[in-house]
Amino acid sequence: MQTKITVDTKGMACPMPIVKAKKALDNLESGQIMEVLSTDKGSVNDFQAWVKQTNHELIKHEEDNGVYKFFVRKK
Amino acid sequence: METIGLKGMTAGELTKKVLDNTELFILDVRNDSDYDDWKIEGATIESINVPYFHLIDGVDDVLDKIPDDKEVVVVCAKEGSSVFVAGQLVEQGKHHVSYLVGGMKAWSEHLEPVKVGDLQDGGSIYQFVRIGKGCLSYMVVSNGEAAVIDTLRMTEVFENFAKEQNAVIKHTLDTHLHADHISGGLKLAQHTGAKYWLPPKDADEVVFNYNQLDEHAEITVGNTKIHIQPVYSPGHTIGSTSLIVDNQYLLSGDILFVQSIGRPDLAGKAEDWVSDLRNTLYSRYKRLSEDLIVLPAHFGKATELGVGGKVSARLGDLFKENPGLNMEDEAEFRKAVTENLPPQPHAYQEIRQVNMGKITPTDEEQRDMETGPNRCAIHDK
Repeated sequence: MQTKITVDTKGMACPMPIVKAKKALDNLESGQIMEVLSTDKGSVNDFQAWVKQTNHELIKHEEDNGVYKFFVRKK
Repeated sequence: METIGLKGMTAGELTKKVLDNTELFILDVRNDSDYDDWKIEGATIESINVPYFHLIDGVDDVLDKIPDDKEVVVVCAKEGSSVFVAGQLVEQGKHHVSYLVGGMKAWSEHLEPVKVGDLQDGGSIYQFVRIGKGCLSYMVVSNGEAAVIDTLRMTEVFENFAKEQNAVIKHTLDTHLHADHISGGLKLAQHTGAKYWLPPKDADEVVFNYNQLDEHAEITVGNTKIHIQPVYSPGHTIGSTSLIVDNQYLLSGDILFVQSIGRPDLAGKAEDWVSDLRNTLYSRYKRLSEDLIVLPAHFGKATELGVGGKVSARLGDLFKENPGLNMEDEAEFRKAVTENLPPQPHAYQEIRQVNMGKITPTDEEQRDMETGPNRCAIHDK
């Protein structure tokens, strides 16, 4: 899986992880993949809801030592 | 980056408005599953849900939904997103908009003290309404002494209130081992040198010392000998114990609520406890005076809030009106309390472990565990 961009939002609180992610995604082309790093626990539910409702694809998300990683493919 | 002119509304201020029946419009910007699960409700509250991630590039989509003739409060989980959205609304000229300070977390933790009534030989009983989660605690105050029943995690609220009443907390009691919220009973007792009481049948696995709350226990508050009489009333848990205070009030724990009855499944033993629950409600409680004022440990709906937020009802009236007390057929009762129950309270198994003293999560973890409504009644859909 080739990610086009990594958006680091570690340490940021809601709503900034999704604000930053959305801005980055706006600049990608359809089919490209973005990786987002977050330490905000609430971001897990929010990312899933956001991606679903905006018809992008959440390829996977994982947690490593308190850091959440989301891989989103632009629709 | 707070917008100039943007105001916060505290959970306490919002509570007052809900209880005063002030017309309010709530824009809840959490994601839809969180909103559907748990939200701010009240008789005069209108609320809509638009997740904040739809409002990142601007609030044009919601502007025409925001009424101009009543106060608007933007709400999210912790505060951040509501500040973000409310700020944009203010910039668009909506000056009657504020955000909920501390979000749903603060809403969940706010306690509103309400006086229930006076005791026969002086003294008073107070109810503490945890409006966001639907939990109810009580303080009996008499002649400089106090007892706290079903203490919540926010123990400083009870300590401060007792101080204002010039009372020393002598006893803390839990009517049962709670599954929906973390008890503050032991912690408050340790802080104030009080005795902590718990029904022994709920305490098989607890890892701390406690006093046995059973029908032999004699508990008085103040010189006026205000009697707290335990009544063994299993069903929600095997140890559930109700308390008759001053021959006037029946603190029913999670057995009997104003508009529903307790669920028997939170300790994993629904089938086993159905007959206990039925006996308690249809026999033991039936033998008590109909004039007792029932004070439950929870409410499930905003419609259960009475004047000033007080949640109470006369026992005789509940025997007439409460659907849980009016199922003549045992099979129908069994079905109602074991099938189609609402979802369990969030993290209820871990919460029981905390209340047994087996695990000790951080404050932040405890806050997260208590997210959501209490859901201790069979009708809390």
